[in-house]
Amino acid sequence: MAFRDGPFDQLKVPLAWTAAVAVVVALIASILMILADRRIDGEGHSYGPVRAGFDAVVAPASGVLAAPVRWTGGATDYIKGYFFAVSENRRLRAQVAELEPWRDQAIALKNVNARYESLLGLRTEPPVAMATARSVSESRGPFVHARLLDAGTGKGIRIGNPVINEHGLVGRVVGVTGGVSRMLLVTDVASRIPVLVDRTDARALLTGDGSGNPRLEFVRGAGAVQAGDRVLTSGDGGGLPRGVPIGVVARGIDGSWRVKLFSDRGAIDYVRVMLFEDFGQLAEPAALDAPPLAGLSTAPAPDATQAASIRDAAARRAGATATPAPGATQ
Amino acid sequence: MRRPVAVRVVGSFELVFRPALIAIALTIVLATPVELFGLTLPEPVLPLVLAFAWPLIRPSMLAPGVLFALGLFLDIFWGGTLGTWPLALIAVYAVVLGSRNLLAGQETQVLFVWYAICCAIAFFLVYLVVSLDAGQAPSLIALLLQIVPTLLFFPAADWMVQRFDDGDVRFR
Repeated sequence: MAFRDGPFDQLKVPLAWTAAVAVVVALIASILMILADRRIDGEGHSYGPVRAGFDAVVAPASGVLAAPVRWTGGATDYIKGYFFAVSENRRLRAQVAELEPWRDQAIALKNVNARYESLLGLRTEPPVAMATARSVSESRGPFVHARLLDAGTGKGIRIGNPVINEHGLVGRVVGVTGGVSRMLLVTDVASRIPVLVDRTDARALLTGDGSGNPRLEFVRGAGAVQAGDRVLTSGDGGGLPRGVPIGVVARGIDGSWRVKLFSDRGAIDYVRVMLFEDFGQLAEPAALDAPPLAGLSTAPAPDATQAASIRDAAARRAGATATPAPGATQ
Repeated sequence: MRRPVAVRVVGSFELVFRPALIAIALTIVLATPVELFGLTLPEPVLPLVLAFAWPLIRPSMLAPGVLFALGLFLDIFWGGTLGTWPLALIAVYAVVLGSRNLLAGQETQVLFVWYAICCAIAFFLVYLVVSLDAGQAPSLIALLLQIVPTLLFFPAADWMVQRFDDGDVRFR
């Protein structure tokens, strides 16, 4: 008997049932993927070859889309600069006059600071090399704040590098390929930045929550923060260099301390990636191995007089150890 | 005598693949870093429109698979945890599939209310996953700024339901 002649010849599975089976399978696969994937980790393990390949493909397309926007912005700036040149000139003159005393003060303080450092023998931080990149795509929803940059390992960028614009800290690199890197903004819900309050030197943690102004949490010390305080990176943990400007403190509508970011003062189109990894790179390895520390393992053999002195000192030490001090047993 | 009905078959490309490709293209375009007078482009979750419309038009095994792929695209393109948006999209598909008989033939206002409920379910799921993953609850204001543009795309879902549901008489 043929199959179609049997009791199953009229069997028809409803479409809704087959769709439901597909839904269940997809739900299980989704949950398994969520459990298996960690979005952000310090080592960049979550940024696997799939994400890297995808970003490498999408970034050029996004770059093409972003180009007209950039050109339009440039043309607008040109026209505005042409029509508002006089007022802009007046404003800049006033700004220069205001900044000149600050410049003189900074030069004087820099001089004094250099003297202190040399007197105290402090190891100062050398300047950090930078790579310029352009933002070609961004995600700005409540769950992810990230951008794609058109520069990667070809320019020396590595996972963990801080990213700044002309105003302050923007984020850090969480994934990198040959010509593209993914930057996590400080406003992202997964972002945590150790910071200090410039006025009081109090430490805190800058925690993103998907809004434009990240929270200031774990503030140590009573009265350590007030509205208007400048917030800088503290460098604690070694992930970021100390002293990169971030923003000013403000009270949020929910009553929590938040930070108005300096980086929001301008467009985050062109950025600079600080090729900073950790404090290990601030020290020159060759300098650490240089004499006198290196001499400890490569010291020349003692001459006869030195050898006699060493033997004498060793014999005295051995004798003192063998003979108990008077009254030691009482 | 029964009047013959002309059957116009709506293929998978027209119903599933073309809208999916349009959603991907629009998502990429809306991710362009444009800032005008301090305002940026909105970031709606366009595949939610498809997750709502597809089960109402015609249940199929293909649609959940494509929705899963669209969710993965969102996760990778936006940089989120893999599996988050697939879970939300498939959950919406499942809810609408389960309530299909209830929703068939309802007015646009009723469909919009149901669409809003589906959006709320999807965003709640993603909010939950992200909060657990990041150890920090995302801002509710920022959440609203993504929900509102997504709700504003309801006319696209309604247009799809009107167009394809009437076009393929085999599934009435």
